[in-house]
Amino acid sequence: MMVVCEDLEGRKQMHELSLMENVVQILRTNAAENGIKKITRIQLVVGKMTMAVPDALQFAFEVFKEEKLFKDAVLEIKEEPVRGECKECRQTFEIKDFEFLCPFCSGPQVKLVGGRELYIEFYEGD
Amino acid sequence: MVKVRLATPVLQKNEEVARENRTFFQKQEVFALNLMSSPGSGKTSTLERTIEHLAGSLNLGVIEGDIYTTRDAERIESHGVPVVQINTAGACHLDARMIKPALEDFDFGKLDLLIIENVGNLVCPAEFDLGEDARAVVLSVTEGNDKPMKYPLIFRQAQVVLINKTDLLPYTDCDLDLLEKDLKSINPDLNLFRISARENKGFTPWIAWLREQVKIKKYARESP
Ligand SMILES: [Zn+2]
Repeated sequence: MMVVCEDLEGRKQMHELSLMENVVQILRTNAAENGIKKITRIQLVVGKMTMAVPDALQFAFEVFKEEKLFKDAVLEIKEEPVRGECKECRQTFEIKDFEFLCPFCSGPQVKLVGGRELYIEFYEGD
Repeated sequence: MVKVRLATPVLQKNEEVARENRTFFQKQEVFALNLMSSPGSGKTSTLERTIEHLAGSLNLGVIEGDIYTTRDAERIESHGVPVVQINTAGACHLDARMIKPALEDFDFGKLDLLIIENVGNLVCPAEFDLGEDARAVVLSVTEGNDKPMKYPLIFRQAQVVLINKTDLLPYTDCDLDLLEKDLKSINPDLNLFRISARENKGFTPWIAWLREQVKIKKYARESP
C-alpha cells in the first residue's frame, strides 16, 4: 500500500518520500562529520506498524541517487514485526493483521512493544 | 571502508521539536488537539460545528494545514477565531517543525485551546508528533468499514474518533457497531462519538470531553 497525496498541480508526494528525506538528511550530516564522501550501504530498520512499504522506500531513495554521496549506495531494509505485550498476563507475542488481542488470555489491553521502529542501524562508506 | 553505527531514529529531529512544542503548550496552559482524517471525511465541517459549540465559553485558535489552498482557513476564519495557515507545499502531513514558528502568531494569553487541522491523510500524519496533547480522528461512515484495519496506526495513536456523517447511515453499508468494535480492538481506550456535522447532531458528549481536557490542562499546574 502506498499513499499518494496529490496536490492541485498534480504533483505527488508519498509517505515514504518524506521518511526518506529524513533518512537522507541524517546521513548527509553524519557523513560530513565523519569525512565520508561516498556511501555504499545503508541499513534501515522499519517496523511494520509505521505503514512504510519497503518497495516504496526503495523507490523514494532513487530520488536521492543523483546526489554524489548516494550514487552507489545500496539501501537494505530490515522489517520488524508488530509485537504486543498483554497488560494482564504479561505475555509477549507477534500481532498479525493488527489484531490487538492477547492470544493467551484474550485480554484487550495490549501494549505495543514492537513495530514502530524506524531508524538507521548503520551505514558504510569511504 | 568505514562502517558507522548510528541507531538514529529517522524522526529524531521531529521528536525534539515536538517536545519543545509540548513544553510550550504546558507553560501556556493551552490544550493542543491534532485533528486528523482522510480527505472528504467532513473534518472542516466538524471543526466548524465544534467552534460554534464552544463560542463564548472557550477561546480557541486554529492551525490549518493544507497542501496548497487557503479555502479551509477562510472557512474557519469566518467564525471569528484566529487562524494560522500552513501550506505544506506538497507534503502530505504537518510536522513539529512547521508548527513551531506558527505558534508565534497567536496571543496565547488569550487562548484555552489550540486545534491543529492536519492534512487529509490517514497514514503520514500518524507518524509525526506535533507536540499535541491529544489526537482526534474524523472518520465518516461513507468511507467503509475497513478503514481502521487498513490504517491502524492513526487509530492506535488517537484518543478520540468522531464518527461523522451518521445521517447518511441508511445509504451506506457501514455497520456502525462493527466499526466501533474494530476501533476498540485496535485501541480499547478510544473515546468514540457518533456525530453528524451536517445536521449538527451528537456534538454534546464530544464538546464535554473537550471542555474537560481543557480544564485538566489549566488546573494541572495548580494542583499539588
Ligand atoms: Zn494476556
